[in-house]
Formats: sequence, structure tokens, C-alpha cells
Amino acid sequence: MNRTTIALWLTLSALCSGAALAGPREDQLARYATAAMQANPAFTAFSAMRGQALFQQKFSGGKPDTPACTSCHASSPRSAGRSPVGKAIEPMALSVTPTRYTDPAKVEKWFKRNCTEVIGRECSAQEKGDWLSYMFGQ
Amino acid sequence: MNIPFRAIATSLGALVFSGLLYGYAQAGGGHYYAPVSDTVVQEECGSCHMAFAPSMLPARSWQRMMGGLDQHFGDNASLDAATAARVGSYLANHAADAPGQPYRAKLVRNLPDSAAPLRITELPGWVNKHRKVSAREWADPAVRSKSNCGACHTAAARGYYED
Repeated sequence: MNRTTIALWLTLSALCSGAALAGPREDQLARYATAAMQANPAFTAFSAMRGQALFQQKFSGGKPDTPACTSCHASSPRSAGRSPVGKAIEPMALSVTPTRYTDPAKVEKWFKRNCTEVIGRECSAQEKGDWLSYMFGQ
Repeated sequence: MNIPFRAIATSLGALVFSGLLYGYAQAGGGHYYAPVSDTVVQEECGSCHMAFAPSMLPARSWQRMMGGLDQHFGDNASLDAATAARVGSYLANHAADAPGQPYRAKLVRNLPDSAAPLRITELPGWVNKHRKVSAREWADPAVRSKSNCGACHTAAARGYYED
């Protein structure tokens, strides 16, 4: 299979995943898949397990008071988190907060902001797709 | 016909007075700070902390705030230009000293005209109002920070800040 075929297949599988018709979530995931493959030809598919590992991993490159996603989002995606100043953050799991991830610009904005604060750099397309895959399945 | 001017004037006066009183009482007797009504401002300013009422700071403070979003109390809270313009003008138009504010909010009453503070919790009026709050209460895990108004003021999201 050449790369275009793989991209098509990935887009299709992203579009067809789940019972729902393609919506903004699936479209965004498909765009991340295309970008992930452009960055790494060996990329095949997103992994919710890698997403979970990313969600729980402690980093040292970002701000010391927020070393992980779980610093503000609760250790379980199904629980509510708290911002550093104490404001409640709705659970990240799609099953618990079904209104999430429908605005691609908002998703991008928070990946950019939070990856920079936690990891000290922006997240790659693959990391974003893995992370979202984990949350969509939770 | 004998028109009772005095009686009419007295009733009208009473009506106006009770109307003013009612308005003040509705406004929480000086403890009311209208919550943000703009959805974009609510979203952009209310994700990490509550979207603070613009009438808690003068317009010059909000201008300073919007000019330094890349270093917003230690966070980079930068916005794109269009969003920043919308947020900035909303805050300025509803600031403590914006035209049309019914009365000068207690929080900024003793603030010198030259001062443009960024922290609501450092306003003389704020410090004075919270002087009796003990260190133990501030340390409560449900409070976490002085910017978490709703932890104690349970109606803060609706604009009411009674004790």
C-alpha cells in the first residue's frame, strides 16, 4: 500500500469508527492521523493505551506545579478535576461529558496550552490522536 | 375641579424612592457584581478561574491585563487578535468606572486614579472586606486560592457576594 492508500484507509476507519456518523470529533481525529503519518511513515493507527500512558505520565520539562495531565484533570478521566486556583474541571471522558471535543479550535487551543505547560513543548499529532482516542473510549 | 397636587406629588415621591430602594436591594445592597453575559468572554476568561465580574476592576486595569496575557499570573493565556479585541472591549465597557454603572462598586471605591491593579484580591476594598477571614479558612482544601470566590460566596456565579 502506498501512503495515499493508507491515509485514505485511516480516514475511512476514523470516519466509520463507532456507530455515529462522522462528526467534528472524527474529522479532527482523521486530520491528526494524516499529520501523524506525514511525520512518521511507520505510523499505522492511534492507540488508546498510548493515550492513557500520556495522560498519566509525569514530565519534568514543563511547569513544576503541573507535571502531568492528571495534575489538574483527576487521575481518572471519569472524575472531575480542579484547576490550580480551585475551579472545577468537568471530566475528560467522553462518556461522562458528552459535550466535549466538538469544537476543533478549542481542542487545539487546549492541547497547545496544556502540552506546553505540562511537557514544555507542543504535542505531536500522534500524541493528540492517542490522547483523544483514549478519552473517546472512556 | 380640585386636583390634589400635594397628594399626587407625595405618592409619586414615595413610588420613586421605593423603586430606587428596590433596585439597590435587587443589586444585593452593594454586594452585586453583574456576572459576564458574553459567551466568548465567559469561555475565554472562565476556564481556569471563574470569569470575574468586569465591574470589579477599573477599565485601566483590564487594559493592562489584556496587554500582558502572555504572562497572565504565570500562565501564557494569549488569545488570537479577534478574540482579544472582543474580550477587551467587553471588559472595558463593563468595568467599574464604565459609563452607566449605577454606583461605584465598594471594591474600587478607595482606589487611587493612578493605580491599575491586576489582582482583585489586592484592592483596598477587597482586603478590607476579607480582613476577618482566618488563615485556617484560606487553607481549606475546598478554597485552594483567593480567586476561588465561589468556595465561600455560593451565589458568586450569579453575581451575589454576600457573606
